[in-house]
Amino acid sequence: MAGLEEEVLARIERQRKLRPRFRDHTLTMAHGAGGKATHTLIAGLFAPAFDNPALAPLADAAAVEIDGARLALSTDAFVVKPLRFPGGSIGELAVNGTVNDLAVSGARPLALAAAFVIEEGLDADVLRAEVNAMKEAAGRAGVAIVTGDTKVVERGKADGMYIATTGLGVRDERVRPAADSIAVGDRIVLSGTIGDHGTAIMLARGDLEMDADVVSDTAPLWALVEGLIGAVGEHVRVMRDPTRGGVATVLNELAGDAELGIVVDEDAVPVRPEVKGACEILGLDPMYVANEGKLLAVVAADAAQAAVDALRAVPGGEDAAIVGHVAEQPAGMVLVNTTFGGTRIMDMLIGDPLPRIC
Amino acid sequence: MRFVDEFRNAEIARSLGAKIAALAEPGRHYKIMEVCGGHTHTIYKHGIEDHLPDNIELVHGPGCPVCVIPMGRVDDGISIATRDGVIFTCFGDMMRVPGSNGSLLDAKAAGADVRFVYSPLDAYKLARNNPDREVVFFAIGFETTAPSTALTLMRAKTEGIKNFSVMCNHVTIIPPVKALLESPDLRLDAFIGPGHVSTVIGCRPYEFIPADYGQPVVVAGFEPLDLLQAIHMIMLQLAEGRAEVENQYGRVVAWEGNLRALQVMQEVFELRPYFEWRGLGFISQSALKLSPAYADFDAELRFEVPGVRVADPKACQCGEVLKGVIKPWECKVFGTACTPEKPIGTCMVSSEGACAAYYNYGRFARSRARAGA
Ligand code: SF4
Repeated sequence: MAGLEEEVLARIERQRKLRPRFRDHTLTMAHGAGGKATHTLIAGLFAPAFDNPALAPLADAAAVEIDGARLALSTDAFVVKPLRFPGGSIGELAVNGTVNDLAVSGARPLALAAAFVIEEGLDADVLRAEVNAMKEAAGRAGVAIVTGDTKVVERGKADGMYIATTGLGVRDERVRPAADSIAVGDRIVLSGTIGDHGTAIMLARGDLEMDADVVSDTAPLWALVEGLIGAVGEHVRVMRDPTRGGVATVLNELAGDAELGIVVDEDAVPVRPEVKGACEILGLDPMYVANEGKLLAVVAADAAQAAVDALRAVPGGEDAAIVGHVAEQPAGMVLVNTTFGGTRIMDMLIGDPLPRIC
Repeated sequence: MRFVDEFRNAEIARSLGAKIAALAEPGRHYKIMEVCGGHTHTIYKHGIEDHLPDNIELVHGPGCPVCVIPMGRVDDGISIATRDGVIFTCFGDMMRVPGSNGSLLDAKAAGADVRFVYSPLDAYKLARNNPDREVVFFAIGFETTAPSTALTLMRAKTEGIKNFSVMCNHVTIIPPVKALLESPDLRLDAFIGPGHVSTVIGCRPYEFIPADYGQPVVVAGFEPLDLLQAIHMIMLQLAEGRAEVENQYGRVVAWEGNLRALQVMQEVFELRPYFEWRGLGFISQSALKLSPAYADFDAELRFEVPGVRVADPKACQCGEVLKGVIKPWECKVFGTACTPEKPIGTCMVSSEGACAAYYNYGRFARSRARAGA
């Protein structure tokens, strides 16, 4: 019996390793949710069409080299409802999101370009507030917004406003992140509590009629990255910014790229009690909920404690912790040791996180 | 949330696991069915099987509300959803259930106004706020969710709201359990009774199981320790040669159930003579429809629906999975043609479905992981 089960499992894993083919007839919300459908869209349509060496790693930011200058380039579009939420707003996200993609690629953010798609009828004060939020966020992140574009679309078209930003950074010499450097025994380090941003947004939408004191964690990550690579740069294998799809998605990508297993200790993962409570009620797992100011790093075992200490010394990194390790098995998968003393798989997010019933 | 952590303590789990193992006779194989999909989800999510000896097998039952919806009902729903002026509402999971020509989510992508709601009351509020639209709620669930549908309908009636209707797919838990017990291809030793359903119907309706079939039933809560404790209670009954209905979930479930909830259900619903269950076929008196007093709110009467019975896809073995006859991975398309992102069968859709739970949480060689590889 057990042998047959293993055979079936092996067959499934083989199939999962094939390059995903994008065969859908229409785009659904799932294609934008950051999970499997998004992955299929990118790996099955965009990547083969645009194929080039800088794109190939499908990283948060592309590494480009121009006349010996080691640069990083990243872009991101922001569509959030509501525009303002506890702890932040779309403007602040638009800056932090892009500078963070650079930061986790080991690049110090230098400059940003911003494009605005604005809905006809938007209150000018709303726009003023967002421009101001961007100005302040850029100041905190130490970047200049150097160019931009504006389009206005008909009423009913853009949920108030959408913002897209593109960032340029220069790669730091002290770190060479590469997913294929991940090795058995490495530790997974998180800079703080997870699930805050996504939970804050869901609560702010107000259709849950639930009150909890949860604010978004949106923040620039460069200070944390610099603290980390200043202390243990050469031992850092890879850094990620677990936004859409959450920590679970990032770990699955890493396990897949490295073809190794990642084992997470549920107990060790920092989650605020309010977030845990809200997720429990909604039937969601905080591991899949978006973060906007958290750093996840894979660090060599010997350097892991020093990495945590370094992160804890930076404001915003006080709750840093080692949450898991890299193992040989189950290859390409993420395993969770549950608080309850059991084990389970943690797969990539499928579809939009829809709350279950009962 | 300390409340929750109390029920997830690994130390207590290990000691319960040891007690359970001590009660299991070597050489005997125990098959215990958890009827409820919520339990299936808990079992995989927390890795409860890691605390059980190898000769205790948990068999997953039919109590997943999304899993039992047949294709024809989805098609009927979509035919309403795609009408002009309709706002079609349902629970999140339901949107992904495939019909013969796509799911409600596909209908939404193609332009239908399909929205997910957290409760029938949310759907009702949508109706009140959009008086020029027809708001339809696709009601699913066992006795757990039926009372809130009933209360919402009572309110709609009192408040005279005309643009709200319900497509009722509520089902009842006892008939499929009876069908399972009568089925020759499955031999079980005991049942873990559903927690939420029992808060409404109480424990009495299960008494026929020990009385007529000699099998213990323990109604259990949804925390992992609840389940382990229920399994322990079952093993004690089996070891002592008893068969009775016991209530592990006494902190929530009253023996007599919730009389008020049963009353409102009585008023708003009546039993359908028969209803098709996905994979299980027609089961008599196993589902609810709106009573004549509420016929005005019945979406099936308000809108013309095809009402065609659609055969399940050939490859689909959901029926066998729902009956616990095969394990999810024994289905020929499991994990290859049928995955959570492209489900063929319903058990792969809901997080409470056995196939989805196993695929998402249990798809690894437990023995190897336990050995600490
Ligand atoms: S794998 Fe898919 S088709 Fe097979 S039983 Fe499960 S849900 Fe049904």
